[in-house]
Amino acid sequence: MQEQEGAALPPRPATPLDGGGEPVSPGPGAPPARPAARRRGGHPLARFLVRRILMAVLLAWGITLVTFVLTNLVPGDPVAANLGQRALGDPAIVAQWRADHGLDKPLWEQYLLHLQGLTHGDLGTSQQSHRPVSEDLAEFVPATLELAGAAILVSLVLGVAFGVVAALRRDRLPDHLLRVLSLIGISVPTFWLALVAFYVFFYRLQITPGSGRVDPALGAAPGVTGLQTVDALLAGRWDIFVSAAGHLITPALVLALYTIGLLTRFTRSAVLEVLGQDYVRAARAKGLPGRVILFRYVLRSALVPIITVAGLAFGSLLSGTVLVEAIFAWPGVGQYAYKSATTLDLPAVMGVGLVVGIVYLVINLIVDVLYGIIDPRVRLQ
Amino acid sequence: MTGDAKADGVLARKGLIRRLPEAWRQPLAVVGAVLAVGWLVVALAAPLLAPHDPLAQDLPRLAAPGPGHWFGTDQLGRDILSRVMYGARVSIPLTLLLVALSVLIGGLLGACAGYFGRWVDETIMRLADLVFAFPTVILAMVVAAALGASLANAVLAVLVVAWPAYARVTRGLVLGVRGREFVLSGRLLGFSAWRSLRVDVLPNVTGPVLVLATLDIGTALLLLSGLSFLGLGAKPPSPEWGAMVASGVEVFDSWWVATFPGLAILTVVLAFNFLGDTLRDALDPRTARAIKERAL
Repeated sequence: MQEQEGAALPPRPATPLDGGGEPVSPGPGAPPARPAARRRGGHPLARFLVRRILMAVLLAWGITLVTFVLTNLVPGDPVAANLGQRALGDPAIVAQWRADHGLDKPLWEQYLLHLQGLTHGDLGTSQQSHRPVSEDLAEFVPATLELAGAAILVSLVLGVAFGVVAALRRDRLPDHLLRVLSLIGISVPTFWLALVAFYVFFYRLQITPGSGRVDPALGAAPGVTGLQTVDALLAGRWDIFVSAAGHLITPALVLALYTIGLLTRFTRSAVLEVLGQDYVRAARAKGLPGRVILFRYVLRSALVPIITVAGLAFGSLLSGTVLVEAIFAWPGVGQYAYKSATTLDLPAVMGVGLVVGIVYLVINLIVDVLYGIIDPRVRLQ
Repeated sequence: MTGDAKADGVLARKGLIRRLPEAWRQPLAVVGAVLAVGWLVVALAAPLLAPHDPLAQDLPRLAAPGPGHWFGTDQLGRDILSRVMYGARVSIPLTLLLVALSVLIGGLLGACAGYFGRWVDETIMRLADLVFAFPTVILAMVVAAALGASLANAVLAVLVVAWPAYARVTRGLVLGVRGREFVLSGRLLGFSAWRSLRVDVLPNVTGPVLVLATLDIGTALLLLSGLSFLGLGAKPPSPEWGAMVASGVEVFDSWWVATFPGLAILTVVLAFNFLGDTLRDALDPRTARAIKERAL
């Protein structure tokens, strides 16, 4: 059954962090894995963490390389995108502009300068807003994190609940219904749904507030987190909180629909897999109440794959913000990314790619660590 | 890998064929097939079916849906029904081509990675990891913007983010069969690596990869139309669905301008998701899971 045990490991999507993790393989005649791991460098969980963090650092470096190469080795001409017709006709102005933006240096030198700047938190200056990209991003990131955070919370609650219901009522009406609904959820074009929701709930029914993050008459809540809802609560401004939450709810639900569908389907299969395990059967035979079995036995092990998928789902949420923020005029990274991409604002595009890539990387790292903490078997892989 | 005989890809593929009739009896698969065939017919016969020229601006502007123009007209006086029908000729073939290319490129790279191992594997899979390190739309958007806004470049951008999924799945499946007796004996008989890959390994891989491709058609169409929506794909006056939804944003009041092209995207994506989902269930459960894990 040892072999089966391995196979019964909950499905775990390969994350970007999977690569390169050398298995702990003791040499011939070595004692079993656990003592070997201990001897080689402390607690297995610590070794696991170090390995994951090293991988993440390597990938982060890869991300800087990709964003740099992508925005430099391609035919789009930033000069043409940023200078007017008259300025383009004057070689002196063009040369001056290229020199100002470091575009006259060889590519590898540009990359080294870029890396050097990164270590100081310098992402360059946006060619459109003429402000440091890091400043722009600092302004826009909290809005997107608030939106994506709200969406992932909704998705987790609804997705897991739907998935459990579908698994417990397998092949009956609720299961079939949820299957169709979750398939529809992953099939709807997000940008179109955003438009429809805005039209129906704001324009026709007038039950949700319009675009933006908060009613302009109230002003933004003073605070440190940059998350309007949290800041309003911290400041004790109930009116701002209600307004901010009202503005948040429609875009967050639109954004969440895809991930709700995804999580429903994953939770269903994860729960079904656990339900078939011997220990669940044993718990049932012992006569434990259904609720105890569900929460203490089934959900706990089903949680591992669900958390992993939630980490990946966050990536699709970050993607979705680009499409949703435009409709709801949500002042986040998505809109900024779109504007800088269409104007070929290289430093801004690089900054967005880098920051979003790193955010995604960190979330997957957290997921990996949680995974190792929840399921001890993973650390030894 | 438990290496038990049931996990054998050949059996999985035979199982798929044997169980196909059963899968086709499922209502979801039937609905999906009907929708997909319907759209293919529309795409093929658009010039015969469409009541108007999709580019002609000779109708009253922003007329609400009604007799004469069932889906209404847009801000330039074009018939939306005709544009949606012609849009099928833009989006569906491009999406199919896109997925076919991803399967080809990703599958080939993944097969090489799994079969040859070592540095080939490392190089290809680390490249795939890097693509996976970005949220798809962000990366596709950066690529499309950098290449310049055009439909062809949008296709290229989606291709860049789509191939790694196939590379991972194919690699995993190839790793599963690489060490099996029939592959080894083939090599011992003197097959070249290429022939061994083609004759012994690939047939064991195609079934699951094709199911993944069916599921991926929807994702690819969503991404492609999303890029067009952002203005990074099809250029006006092309009747591309994503771009049509974007033009509907400008005339917010006239709901029909954006609604119908959006419904077109939804129904096509839904058709292939219904089909792919049923096909996946018909597959061997273990291979099915491998696909699901990587199809994100």
